Amino acid sequence: MERNNHLRRQVANLRQSLFDQGYLDDQFIELEELQDDANPNFVEEIVTLFYKDSARLIHSIDQALEKQPLDFTKLDNYMHQFKGSSSSIGAKKVKIECTQFSEYWRAGNVEGCKRTFQQLKREYVVLRKKLEVYFQSARQAGPTETMSCRPN
Amino acid sequence: MAQELHVLAVDDSHVDRKVIERLLKISCCKVTAVESGTRALQYLGLDGEKSSMGIDGLKVNLILTDYSMPGMTGYELLKKIKESSALSKIPVVIMSSEKILPRIDRCLEEGAEEFLLKPVKLSDVKRLRDFILRGEGDVDKETEEKINEVCSRKRKFQDDSTTQPMPSSLGTARDIELSPESSVSSESQQPLSKQSKIG
Repeated sequence: MERNNHLRRQVANLRQSLFDQGYLDDQFIELEELQDDANPNFVEEIVTLFYKDSARLIHSIDQALEKQPLDFTKLDNYMHQFKGSSSSIGAKKVKIECTQFSEYWRAGNVEGCKRTFQQLKREYVVLRKKLEVYFQSARQAGPTETMSCRPN
Repeated sequence: MAQELHVLAVDDSHVDRKVIERLLKISCCKVTAVESGTRALQYLGLDGEKSSMGIDGLKVNLILTDYSMPGMTGYELLKKIKESSALSKIPVVIMSSEKILPRIDRCLEEGAEEFLLKPVKLSDVKRLRDFILRGEGDVDKETEEKINEVCSRKRKFQDDSTTQPMPSSLGTARDIELSPESSVSSESQQPLSKQSKIG
């Protein structure tokens, strides 16, 4: 019983840190509120879809950035999609990099685009690792009523 | 008694489709989610003999479509629907992650009921549902409240934990400020077919 409480506290702390450190924004909480006993893994399911989408888009963007000359329309489309899905799950830092990429793209700054994309990939990997740890811990701790507590 | 609206959701993003599907189901709507405008038109039956019926015979009460999609954009889909005598009466709502005023104007002028900023929230969907219910057939305020009650009771039954209230800071401040004629007003009892939206 005590171990469970300890686990739950750990999970709550993990979750809080994701917000405090700016990895997630309020949209993640919106998704948590769509979860219920009938759909207890909704957020994780959506995040898993996000991983799938992201893997595809990262690959496509990598390839597109290698081409000479650059296909700016394609790149813009991919990045728009990436920004959309990261926004939909509340992936704050990833979304910021997407926006930065678009700004460099608009300014025709290819080096800026490439640099930002490397940063974006790093942010994505970090977020994914943290979310995987979080969901795994949450599963170990079992269901909790305090899931959608809003951070201050 | 509780009417269930049938919503056709159109979005090329798998993530967004899943989210909108969930938002609609929680709001006690039946959902058909498709990935493109072409699929949406296929579902609605281009020959349009049975007006506003999907090919499975389920009447569609609302079309909720993303704007930026490859192939046919949400705007192009909107145009095709409004040009079709069979389908033009179905309300269409556009969703977009970008707040581009000329884009919004163009969609409203073409007959879109509303333009929602992504990511779409549960409060947006509930508001839409209430608006459509009112337009669909003399649903008065009392019936609407009953429907809302049944819907929340259904959800509470599934979910034992206390529902957290939405804080005001997350309110609809980010939604587009529409002109009075075209806004979705909770006081309005106007039927859906009013044409005088655009000033």
